[in-house]
Amino acid sequence: GRGRGRGRGQMTFNVEAVGIGKGDALPPPTLQPSPLFPALERRAAPLPGGEEGEYMLALKQELRRAMRGLPYFIKPGAPRRDIERYSDKYQLSSPVDSAIDWNPDWRRLPRELKIRVRRQRKGRTAPLIPKQHVALDKEETIKKLESLEKKEEEVTSEEEEEKEEEEEGKEEEEEEYDEEEHEEETDYVLSYFDNGESFGPDSDDNGDEAVY
Amino acid sequence: MTQAELRLCSLLLQEHFGEIVEKVGNSLLRTGPRPLRLLVGDTGLLPDQVKKALCVLIQHNLARYEAQPRGSVEYEARSERILRILRYPRYIYAAKTLYGDPGELLVEELLLHGHLSMSRAVARVADRLTETMEDGKTVDYSEVSGTFARLADTHFIQRCPTVPESPRSAKAPAPPAPALAVAEKDMYVVPRPSLVGKGKRRQLCDKEEEGERKAKRQKREEGTSEAPPDDGIYWQVNPERFHQHFRDQALVAAVASRTDQTGGEVVRTMLRMSEVTTASGASHTQPLSSNEIFRSLPAGYNVGKQALDQYLALLADDPLEFVGKSGDSGGGTYTVSILWGELDLHKALASLATSTLEFGSRCARIFRLLLRKKHLEQKQVEDFAMIPAKEAKDMLYRMLSENLVSLQEIPKTPDHAPSRTFYLYTVNMTAAARMLLHRCYKSVANLVERRQHETRENKRLLEKSQRVEAILASMQATGAEAAQLHEVEEMITGPERQQLETLKRNVNKIDASENQVDETIFVLESFIESTMKKP
Repeated sequence: GRGRGRGRGQMTFNVEAVGIGKGDALPPPTLQPSPLFPALERRAAPLPGGEEGEYMLALKQELRRAMRGLPYFIKPGAPRRDIERYSDKYQLSSPVDSAIDWNPDWRRLPRELKIRVRRQRKGRTAPLIPKQHVALDKEETIKKLESLEKKEEEVTSEEEEEKEEEEEGKEEEEEEYDEEEHEEETDYVLSYFDNGESFGPDSDDNGDEAVY
Repeated sequence: MTQAELRLCSLLLQEHFGEIVEKVGNSLLRTGPRPLRLLVGDTGLLPDQVKKALCVLIQHNLARYEAQPRGSVEYEARSERILRILRYPRYIYAAKTLYGDPGELLVEELLLHGHLSMSRAVARVADRLTETMEDGKTVDYSEVSGTFARLADTHFIQRCPTVPESPRSAKAPAPPAPALAVAEKDMYVVPRPSLVGKGKRRQLCDKEEEGERKAKRQKREEGTSEAPPDDGIYWQVNPERFHQHFRDQALVAAVASRTDQTGGEVVRTMLRMSEVTTASGASHTQPLSSNEIFRSLPAGYNVGKQALDQYLALLADDPLEFVGKSGDSGGGTYTVSILWGELDLHKALASLATSTLEFGSRCARIFRLLLRKKHLEQKQVEDFAMIPAKEAKDMLYRMLSENLVSLQEIPKTPDHAPSRTFYLYTVNMTAAARMLLHRCYKSVANLVERRQHETRENKRLLEKSQRVEAILASMQATGAEAAQLHEVEEMITGPERQQLETLKRNVNKIDASENQVDETIFVLESFIESTMKKP
């Protein structure tokens, strides 16, 4: 136990050896945690500037900005809104979680990571499976198509075949779709239903805008 | 993994890959390797989201997987690799200084995408370079692939482990460990497909998007009707090699400050000659004869053979032992000592900086004294450092409490009686280094959080300014008058502009600080790693 009674305050080692002389006042005990922002005794040295530093700074911010735009940056799905609006049907919503927007080499990844997107619309499975000329990497193409479907609204089967022929043999997934080309079931341009939520396009080449 | 490291990894993942990846990464880092379903349960995310996040992490070499004997696959996060994200700008800048713009862009593309095949990397870089050139000019693929080959030859990029040839019936075809060993000698072998082509420029029309799409379709139709010739061979950046490069730079700088520019050049030449022949983690380079060195000196330096020998002798005699003489054949062979243990002083200077800032220059004096003399008693410290007893005590205790110095007991009598024991202060390099490193991780994490906070606070203003920029850009494209442009500019008021300015300045300062701290992290990490490698 602590030193109680006789010889209170004695330590196990010779206090003088460490430098606390007899009768020296020890600092008072601390009764609270140390302050969150202790006072700065001296200012920090200035950052090294120079061309190299500036360039690396720009690189860093550019990297951050670029990575946000890549498909590797997974944004959580758009939150469900409280009321279903008519324009929702025609919104080009951002890709839903279950689709993967880039094409990894599936040979290098464990099989279980491959996402089998469930089809919500009827009758899709039938026309696709018997097609032999999609054989190259059938699963991959099907998945591509599925993810494309997610980005669009209802697609009829004729247009699917049309899409397939276009997609065949192409390596990269086509992300931007010309809305006028693949319009279905409405005569209106899709942007007609813009409900003003996204104002102003993201300008891609604003290279000199600092990234925050 | 310390809390500080975990927190930093979390922040880095969140900034660069989003919250979903952050959650998955966090779970893996905190609890170690686990299979998919446990991850799903732990993070509370949808299974598809977790799968996507894992794909991203594996793609960027931030996580790996291993097939377990029972058939399940376990995933593991690689924390040290995640922390490297801080250093990406430094890698890119190094590539720029060594190999110019194509090199810079190649490394940047590889870092952005994790790994890429050569054909894709070259195509992308050529396109990017073409865009920056004037109209009509394009960049040929051969130029870029030449740089790619050079990067591979000097080991700055390496091949990823490949899938074995035979198809496996296992549920999780992972590239097994042996495949990596085989690839060791192939790791830097560049496939030589005939990459013919030029960089393509985006067609600019009125509707830029439409033009973009057209150009993309064009590209795709032309180039890739069948699988590219180097299908399945992927390349990634080799961070170890970059670290070696940084270390060499530090060495050269240290030598140059000891002797002069020429001395630095001599050592740089020696290091360059032994770049690829030195095994990583070796303590010395291969011995190089002074004749060889003389032949390899860069042309601009007219250093005579005699002068070279003098420099080598001078460096070899230097107590810091940068260069060691290892033999006499060929006019004397020399090695460069590259073990970080020898760069004690360099690292000590880093700690010194901390001491100075936190504790003052007198503490730094005590610290340096202890480094030199190894063990000192309390009284001796006061005498040698010429600091009054009270203050010396105070400083020593503070440093002791921060683990920068430690106490060594030397008993005079077998019963270790305190009055009859020597208590010596000493510096334990490794402990001090670890403590400082921990502090560094904490600092960077704090910096990142502060930066995010600043950005969040001004989010509304930032968005507004971005919108105004977009409107201005589109108006300028359609040829609006100056008055209209001015009107739009006015949408951002004066005080708001000032606020934006302040924000920009703060964010830049914080970013620059992060880069700075990362440099210190590099030095400390390399030092600790080298002490762990010692037998």
